[in-house]
Formats: sequence, C-alpha cells, structure tokens
Amino acid sequence: MSATAYEPAHPAEDVDDVPRVLRGAGEWQDKVFRGIARGSGAVVLGIMLLVGVFLGYRATKALHVAKWKFLTTAAWEPDSHHFGIAAVLTGTVLIGLVAILIAVPLAMGTALYISEYAPRRIRRTLVSLVDLMAAVPSVVYGLWGAFFLQGHVTGVARFISEYFGWIPLFKVSGTDPRDPLSTNTVYTSSTFIAGMVVALMVTPIACSVMREAFTQAPGGEREGAYALGATKWGMIRTVVLPFGLGGIIGGTMLGLGRALGETIAVYMIISPVFAIQPHLLQNGANSVSALIALRYGSASNFGTSALMAAGLALFVLTLIVNFVASSIVARSRSGAGTEA
Amino acid sequence: MSDLIKTEPAGTDEETAVTFVPTATEQGAQPGQGPEARRSVSSWHATDLLAVAGAAVAAVALTFLLFGWVAPFDTPLGFVVVAYLLFLGTYTVLVSFDENGAAVRDRLAAVLWQSIAVLLLVVLVFVIGYALWRGHRALVHPNFYTHDMSVTGPLDPLTKGGVLHAIIGTLEQITIALAVTVPLGLACAVFLNEVPGRYARLVRTIVEAMTALPSIVAGLFIYATLILSLGMDKSGLAAGMALSLMMLPIIIRASDVVIRLVPGSLREASYALGASQWRTVLTVVLPTARSGLTTAVILGTARGIGETSPVLLTAGFTANLNGNPLKGPQVSLPLETFELVSSPQPNMIARGFGSAGLLMGLVLFLFIVARIIGGRAPGELSRSQQRRRLAASRRRDAERLRGGGVPPGARGTARSAHHRTGGPDPAVTTPSGR
Repeated sequence: MSATAYEPAHPAEDVDDVPRVLRGAGEWQDKVFRGIARGSGAVVLGIMLLVGVFLGYRATKALHVAKWKFLTTAAWEPDSHHFGIAAVLTGTVLIGLVAILIAVPLAMGTALYISEYAPRRIRRTLVSLVDLMAAVPSVVYGLWGAFFLQGHVTGVARFISEYFGWIPLFKVSGTDPRDPLSTNTVYTSSTFIAGMVVALMVTPIACSVMREAFTQAPGGEREGAYALGATKWGMIRTVVLPFGLGGIIGGTMLGLGRALGETIAVYMIISPVFAIQPHLLQNGANSVSALIALRYGSASNFGTSALMAAGLALFVLTLIVNFVASSIVARSRSGAGTEA
Repeated sequence: MSDLIKTEPAGTDEETAVTFVPTATEQGAQPGQGPEARRSVSSWHATDLLAVAGAAVAAVALTFLLFGWVAPFDTPLGFVVVAYLLFLGTYTVLVSFDENGAAVRDRLAAVLWQSIAVLLLVVLVFVIGYALWRGHRALVHPNFYTHDMSVTGPLDPLTKGGVLHAIIGTLEQITIALAVTVPLGLACAVFLNEVPGRYARLVRTIVEAMTALPSIVAGLFIYATLILSLGMDKSGLAAGMALSLMMLPIIIRASDVVIRLVPGSLREASYALGASQWRTVLTVVLPTARSGLTTAVILGTARGIGETSPVLLTAGFTANLNGNPLKGPQVSLPLETFELVSSPQPNMIARGFGSAGLLMGLVLFLFIVARIIGGRAPGELSRSQQRRRLAASRRRDAERLRGGGVPPGARGTARSAHHRTGGPDPAVTTPSGR
C-alpha cells in the first residue's frame, strides 16, 4: 500500500506530509551575518569607487586645461599649462615591452621545466622558489639593477648598438664605436636596463600562470601523443602548448600589466628625460610612475591634478591589459570547477 | 608532425620492428643470443650523460681557444654566451651521431628549457645574495639594529648609526595595514563566496580591476586626499593607509580563490545537519581554508612590506626614531634603503644594502612561515597531519568497538558536524580540530 502514497492521484491521503518550515532558530543570526558580509562588500566597493572617482575628478581638472594635447605633448610643465604624457607613456610602454620580451622566454622555459621535466620531488620546491621571487621587494631588484647590472650590461648594449645600430631602435647617438677612448656612460640608465630589471620582477607571475595552464593539459591526450610515438618535445608541442595557449597569452598580459605599473626599480635606474626616447640603449628614459615619484613633492595643486591625470592614464592602460589577460586565462580554464 | 616518430637507439630498427609483429615473434626471439635482455625504460642513459658532459667540455675548451688565441673578446658575459651557444651546437652534433631528427630536436628542447630554468633560479639567488653580500659590512655591527641615524653623519664609520627607526616604522606601518586589510579583506572574501549574486559579482569585478592599480597611484591618492586635502602630516598612519589600499585587492583576491576551493559537499553536509549559515562559515568554511587564508595574508604582507612607492609619497623621511605613527614623518626599511643608496658615500650605500638585506631577511622569514603553515589545498594534509588524523580515527574506532558510547571526537555540536558525515575515514575529510 505504501506505493500508493507516492501516486499523485491521492495526495490528500498523506495528511502528515505538510511542507516543512525550512527556517531554523538561527535566522536572525544569519541575517546579521549576511548583513555584515554585504556591509564589508559595500565598504570595499566604496573605497575602490572612491579611488576611481577621486582620481577621475582631479584628473578632469587637468584634462580640461590640456585637452587632447595631453596625449601629444612630451614636456611636463603643468604650471605653465604645457604638459602631456606622450614621452612618459611611450617610455612606460617601451620598458614594458622590453621587460615582457625578456620575461616571456624565461617564464615559459621555467614553467615548462617545472611542469614537464623536473623530478616530482623538487617540483614543490621550485614552485616555492618562483613564488619567493615574486615576493622579493622591488627595491632589492632596483639595487641589483642600479649597482650590479648597470656596470655589467653596458658591454652588451655597446655590442648591440655597434652591430645593429642601423635598426632605429638600437641606435645610440653621441658615441663613436671606433673610438677606443669613448666611455660607456651613454649606454647607462637606459630603457633597456630598466626593462631587464622589470623583466625579472614580472617573470614569476607570468611563470606561475603558465605553469598552472601547462599542468592542466589532459593526461589522456598526453598519453595519446606518447602512444603515437611522440618524443617528449613532440608531446609538448602538440598537446601541452596548444592546451596552455590561453595561459601563455594570459600570463604574458598579466606580466605586462605588472611591468607597466612598476615604479621604484625603474626610478632607481633611469635618468629621466622629457622627450620621446625611442632609442632603447641610449641613456635617458622615463615612465609615468617615475614621473609621479619625481614630481609629486614639488607639484602645486594643479600640478597634482596633472599627475593624477597621468596616473589615471596609466591605471586605464594596466586595467585594459589586466582585463584582457584575466578573461583569456578564465576562458582557458574550462572545467576547472571544484565543486565535489 | 615529424616529431611524432618515436626513435629507437641506432641500429636496432629491424629487431624492434620484428618484436612488435606477433606472427614473427618466433623468429624474432633470436635463439642464438640466449635469454632476452631486460630493456631499460629509464629516460636517461649513460650515453646521454656522456653527450652532455662531452659537449660542455668541448664548448668551454673551444671558447677558451677563441677568447685566448683567435679573437680579442674579453668580457665574462660574452664568454658565457659564446660557450653556451657552442655547447648547444656541439650537443646537437653529438646527439645527431646516433639519433634521428626528431630525437635531436627533443634533446635540444630539453636542454634549452632546463638551462632557462637554471638561469632564472641562479639569477634569483644572485639578486638576493647580492643585497646580503653588499650589506654584510653593515649587518655585522650590532649597533645597526639598535641605533637610529639621528646623530650619524655621512662620513661616520659603520660602527655608528643604524636603522632601528626604519625597523620600527616598517613594523608599525605594516601593523596598521594589516589591521585594516585582514578583517575587511577576509570578510569581503567570505561575502563574495557565501552571499553570491549580482552584487557580489560587481564587487568581485571592481576588486579585480583594483589589482591593476599601480602602487604609486595608490600612494598618490592617499597623498592627495589625506595629506593635501585633509591637512594631515606625512606620517606612519598615512603610509599604512596607502599600503592597505594596495594590499586590500591582493588579499581579497587570494582569499577569494582559497575559499572558492572549499568543497561544496562539506558546506552541504553542514547545512544538512541543520547548521545555520554563519555557523557553517565559522566552523566549516573558514577552518577548512585556514592554511590557505594564512598563506594569502602572509604573502600579501610580504608584498606590502617591500613596497616602496606608496610609502615614498606618504611617509616622509626622517633620520630620527619616531614611534608614533600618528604624528610626524616615519621611515620604513624599503624607503630607508632607497634614500641611503642615493647618497654618494660608500658607508651610506653599505647601510642601504644592509637595510635591504634586513628587509630581504624579513620577507624570507614571512615566506618560509607561509610555506610551513600553508600552501596546500583545503583538506590536503601534510604527512604528519595525516598520521595524526589516522591515529585519532583508530583510537575512536577502538573505543567505539569497546562499546564506549559516543566517541570523544564526535560531540553533538555543529563544530564536528562534518566529522560524522565524512564517511568511514574522517582522517581525509575532516578539516578542523587538530
């Protein structure tokens, strides 16, 4: 007879089966909890929006004066209303590009080594070491760049400019390669050296994103490639790299975003110039963040607004780069759900 | 696609081909050669090692020849680069003696990736070691840790003056930053996971956007609001606020990821036992994610401690010891480093490297603590933890078998609700109660 109780035709038979009240005794506590949680979310949202709105508000004051010339002027004299980010933004982008060009092969090689080649025992240690590298303060990288690299890499810069100087990017003026007495000072404090140091700082973040993507390449496909007779490199080329493509691109972009915002290491190395400096190896470079660090102290009220406008431009740039990166990474992580 | 051809050691093509054809096994057994030798399946053979060693020796010798006798090169960097390129070339030639194209490419790729990884790690060790090595002259003097720079001139020897004021400043500023970011950041991360919805998605998007905020812009914001608009002094408090602004998105994102990894089945088990939401969060979600959350906070702290640019704009600079973060300029270790090394005096530079070394030591310490505490996924246990859980579970089972009633580990509170739902082996799934 028990079977009839389940038949929809006789629902009234089951008098005892009223819907249970799902609210427990702790209802008000849950309400308080959710209220606190929502409140903390609101506080965070408020702080973040305040930063954005305040930056935007102060920046518009400066932008209102500079109009579109803000993007095309290279000089920075806000008090005579003659200022723009053409030079510093170019410098920032160039440093970022140099950094990422050096960082990507390093990050990819290390990520491949950790995920594919390294013995299982040392894998965790290697991952920790790369994470440690991300935690090293930027001022330590800056010290290394300014005091060690600066002196040792000028030879490389000289070599490149001597043999590849016909490419405009590598041209260095003010020195004669045939003159044995010429000093190396024209090669110091350049975009190239700043880029090298920033590269070391962004390699770990790019590396960990790439490694995560590589380790997620499915085992079935890996073994399939081996079963078809692939060598290890053949397997990596046909399985791991295609599966990890999103991670490679995303890690690169995330690294680029980090490189664009880096301040103190760049500030310690470059000697600032306020002109568009396309020669990577030549002494003198600039970046938005270095400009802020350089000029905030002597800035008038309007000058601070101008610096805010520059900061906002940098923020927008890193924001775009980061969002593109995280959407690429998120798309490449299909099926990474953790619900058990 | 040519890489897909699996290579065999040279000269064995025919034999191996025969062994794979079932009809030919009888004649392929080669009766004249006695019992079949066991094949080594190890990925490394003596010949590989010899090829690497031989190529390395040949490359170094060739480079010596090139640098010493043929061409007037002199830089050590050039030597290394040339030797490495020669090594790659020699190694390719050596391997190609007894392998085909695909295998040569495989070996070359392996060598390339491994050397890149080694290069990165060497550079890392070198960067850290360089700061410590240049700083050891200052770090060996005890006064470096107990004095400030108030009465120390640029020409004074290293036995005078120290960075106590910067150590105090760093500790106070990071404490302020943590006091703001830890409660707010953890609450926000819990909110993002436990109260999902359109509002939580909006907050998550904004937080993600804010991780892109360059740290100098965070400093500039605090400088413009607290210092210029509200008329506050440059002080430790302002620096702490700038650090919090920079660390908040980092900590929220890292904890969000950790809490998201808590298995839904644990939560559902808690709800199924009638626990309310806040009890579930308090006794199941947070303890499960404890090690991950600790790691997130510690790594965020390490980032914040080393950050110079927000502090540069907001803390001011002083050579005096200032224990009051509310009033007057207060210097921190990275800022002190930055200011000291811009001096031309070698002793000041040594002090700068010393404080960088100290900062590095602090970061290393935090990092090692973070690795010891956490770095594991929720529920994943270290070996000793597993042993302890297993022993406890055995003890409980033994008591239950003896008829001891309710085992001590499973009192009827929500705190241990999931102990009983964890199935026969609570050692694997119980996250709380060590």
